[in-house]
Amino acid sequence: MLIKFTGGKVYDPANGVDGEIRDIHVRDGRIVTPSAGETVHQEYNLAGKVVMAGGIDPHSHIGGGKVTIARMMLPEDHQGHEVQRGDLTRSGCGHAVPSTLTAGYRYAEMGYTAAFEPAMLPANARQAHMEMADTPMIDKGAFVMLGSDDYFLRLLTRGAHKDEIKDYIAWSMHAAQALAVKVVNPGGISAFKFNQRALDLDEKHVFYGVTPRDIILTLGRSLQELGVPHPIHIHGCNLGVPGNKDTTLATIRASEGTPIHLTHIQFHSYGTEGDMKFSSGAAEIAELINQYTNVSIDIGQILFGQTCTASGDSMRQYGNTKSAHPKKWVVMDIECDAGCGVVPMKYRDKSFVNALQWAIGLEMFLLVNDPWRVFLTTDHPNGAPFTTYPHLIRLLMDKTFRNEMLRRIHPGAQAATILGSLTREYSLYEIAIMTRAGPARSLGLRDRGHLGPGANADITVYDDNPDREAMFTTPLFVFKNGELIVRNGRIVKVVTGATHVVRPEYDRKRAEKPLKDYFDSYHTVQMENFRLHDDEIITAGCGHAPGTCGCLVVHPTGART
Amino acid sequence: MTAVQAGAQTAPASASQTHAHVTCPFCGLRCDDLEIARAGQTLKVTRNGCDKAKAGFERPLTQPMPRVGGKEVSLPEAIAAAAALIGNARLPAFGGLATDVDGMRAIMSIADKSRGVVDHAFSEAQGRNIKVLQTSGYIMTTLTEARNRADLFIIASDVHTFHPRFFERIVCNEKSMFSEAPPKRTIVFLGEGYDTSAAVGTRIGDVIQINCAKQRIGEIVSALRTLHKGVPLPAGDIAGVPRSQIEDLLARCHKADYGVVVWVPPDLDFPNADLTVHQICEFVKDLNVKQRFAGLSLGGNEGASTAVSVCTWQSGYPLRVSFATGQPKYDANLFAIPKLIASGQTDCLVWLSTFTADLSPPATDIPTVVIGSHDLKLAKEPAVYIPVGTPGIDHKGQLVRCDSVVSLPLRDLERAAGLPRTVDVLAALEAAL
Ligand code: SF4
Ligand SMILES: [Zn+2]
Ligand SMILES: [Zn+2]
Repeated sequence: MLIKFTGGKVYDPANGVDGEIRDIHVRDGRIVTPSAGETVHQEYNLAGKVVMAGGIDPHSHIGGGKVTIARMMLPEDHQGHEVQRGDLTRSGCGHAVPSTLTAGYRYAEMGYTAAFEPAMLPANARQAHMEMADTPMIDKGAFVMLGSDDYFLRLLTRGAHKDEIKDYIAWSMHAAQALAVKVVNPGGISAFKFNQRALDLDEKHVFYGVTPRDIILTLGRSLQELGVPHPIHIHGCNLGVPGNKDTTLATIRASEGTPIHLTHIQFHSYGTEGDMKFSSGAAEIAELINQYTNVSIDIGQILFGQTCTASGDSMRQYGNTKSAHPKKWVVMDIECDAGCGVVPMKYRDKSFVNALQWAIGLEMFLLVNDPWRVFLTTDHPNGAPFTTYPHLIRLLMDKTFRNEMLRRIHPGAQAATILGSLTREYSLYEIAIMTRAGPARSLGLRDRGHLGPGANADITVYDDNPDREAMFTTPLFVFKNGELIVRNGRIVKVVTGATHVVRPEYDRKRAEKPLKDYFDSYHTVQMENFRLHDDEIITAGCGHAPGTCGCLVVHPTGART
Repeated sequence: MTAVQAGAQTAPASASQTHAHVTCPFCGLRCDDLEIARAGQTLKVTRNGCDKAKAGFERPLTQPMPRVGGKEVSLPEAIAAAAALIGNARLPAFGGLATDVDGMRAIMSIADKSRGVVDHAFSEAQGRNIKVLQTSGYIMTTLTEARNRADLFIIASDVHTFHPRFFERIVCNEKSMFSEAPPKRTIVFLGEGYDTSAAVGTRIGDVIQINCAKQRIGEIVSALRTLHKGVPLPAGDIAGVPRSQIEDLLARCHKADYGVVVWVPPDLDFPNADLTVHQICEFVKDLNVKQRFAGLSLGGNEGASTAVSVCTWQSGYPLRVSFATGQPKYDANLFAIPKLIASGQTDCLVWLSTFTADLSPPATDIPTVVIGSHDLKLAKEPAVYIPVGTPGIDHKGQLVRCDSVVSLPLRDLERAAGLPRTVDVLAALEAAL
């Protein structure tokens, strides 16, 4: 069946299309160039409408133990946000940490067709995939967390050959069914278990004797050599600590040309100037990022209101517990593998620190020149729930609106930010880069995030509403694999998205020999059961037989394009 | 979905077979190092199982037919009868919930559709931790972390009885990640009447018994907190324990590199036991200001940790949840099935118990649909009984471990019992509603 989308204003940055009037054709879930005279079975007249690929969120905590701890901890956050069962949809609830079902529906209703869980602990990977499988509508995938796990740290300590390290990284990606690798407070989660309370870039882990710099570089180079498309996804040292901008600057310089992605950089861009000993480091960091083209970032924008922070960074989350609102929190040490910390948080525009955090995130968005290297995130739910994206887009696209908002925040913060002097307004083309083309390219999703022939037909159509918040809140149509799933911001069909993975080549036998001994000696799970099998992540989601349905997508490795 | 069949038992594909790396579904520890030999339809634990595991795996297979009103019927007839009961109910109650992840997913779906209530048989016990989580939170650790890192274990429940291999696997292990010659560990039993027999071996150093009724553990921990903060306590015993013993325990806590307090929520079975858990968790937090210490909560038997995890991620709330209004509503007290039965609010009980023979439905006069293991003990003939396979014996599956972090895959041991999967029965049931 051939579907034609006629006459829309198309924003497709991956193919250099900037608001041109174009027709798009879809056959069997893919965008195609129709043959001459081919019959069109269905047509959508999109004159005057804005057409983009489906949105892709490259960093959103949607699945895994820490999110479920947050859900369990915060019934008060769900109350008043219950969602009624519909003819097509299941009931659910949630605001900051919605139930899986509700999260999937909300993403689709907002025009997003994919979201990626960035902090999947190997030990918790099975559950992360269960939760993602129960997140309908959208595609998903996860980044496996390494860098505080005992096995990796001991490899580093004994100066293991780089092939052995690469084998282990590849094995972990296969075992956890991962799309990418993340490192969180490199070595710091482990150091906290040895009662270290901070670990700066060049500080030694008391037990292993390695530094975060060693860890980041080893992971970054190994992933590059393995051909994993997404660079090492770094949640750096000293999250949330005033003065951490210096660590961030040093981390960028430390990359020495190795591709790195610095996540939720807003939380890592703090100086110590001023009476409050808290200031913006955004300008300095953005300037360096503009020079280092091997670096990409996402922002982790905060927006005001109640949310919950959920992170693998047990060390820093423990440090943040004093700001918990409401006053309850969880910190966990996990399996000599990783950790987590869940701390509810209420960001207030009348708090100097929160207001300045808000401004720092926006400064960073506006000061980094290349939208291909900046992705739009709130680090859901850490900075704000993902449902605030339309508001955030308006802040970026509408200077008048932004300055109006700026005038409402703590006056001290207004004085401490250069935000009011920044006149940049993002264009629709740039928004399409930041929310589609950029993340897809960075994650190696070659057939996602664009509208060229061969692409998966994940398409979002908007009214060209000058109120960009309204525009991005309620898309006119959302298509997943060419099927209409949302009309006027409401679900009209429930679908199951795919799980995306990358499987670098490695010598499995060579990797598993020492691992088998290791698991037998120390672990409480057998190596054979630590690995997630394909049928565990496929049957759970859709009931199709493996290989028959595209619900597990294995992306190729190789040099980045 | 696979076609639902019953009574279609065929002979196993091969006469005998050995399965390695088998996960045990019979307690929350989820040991996954079992080896199980099958001869025909008979299973034998040949490596690493405890008595509880042996009792679970090796029980003889009976092959009952589904029954409606005590009469043997076909599976589709039983499903139709169950669907009629659930469909006509004002407030169906889905209880027991001893099943795997897929089974629980199916229960959530059908409860949502039929506007029912979900409540696990052990929600009360599990709720002791959840109450603490929702009021103040905690610092916790997991099994592998404790196994390798802890040098002090404070055991505040009868762990060995609930989890027969806990000591073997987590406390008495000879190898440790962080040392070739790992130091001996101090074991403190806090409470009375525990089976302490497993605290033996080369890793075990001082074993200290602090005798007190379980109801008074909270008092002792609260005294530890007070002393830790340097606040003077009136002279004399505390909860019947000599002051010197409590001071000694505090000194040992302070000396520990990584202390772990272990409890089993169902064993703290007395009124307001959540306050005991609260004291423990706050003590752990107090200590963490300067040093490392963590809680380790066990339990999770009969799929309890699985049920609460799936319920939380799908509905947003832990147990107990009602969908009566078409939206999830959470109330850990009001939606207790025993209360709903007693007050006449529920008019249909669906009882899911697929692991052991012992998690039987409560005695009640309201119509009951039992979806249960082949040999589930039933005090009274239910309105509908549908025998199903046991996850981890008769079909594959997944279960969440007691620490709610690790999940394990369950194997199909291929005894070809012809018992349908719970998830398939429930899907057919939901479709018939
Ligand atoms: S301790 Fe528990 S999980 Fe381990 S074998 Fe015994 S019953 Fe099974
Ligand atoms: Zn994050
Ligand atoms: Zn499928």
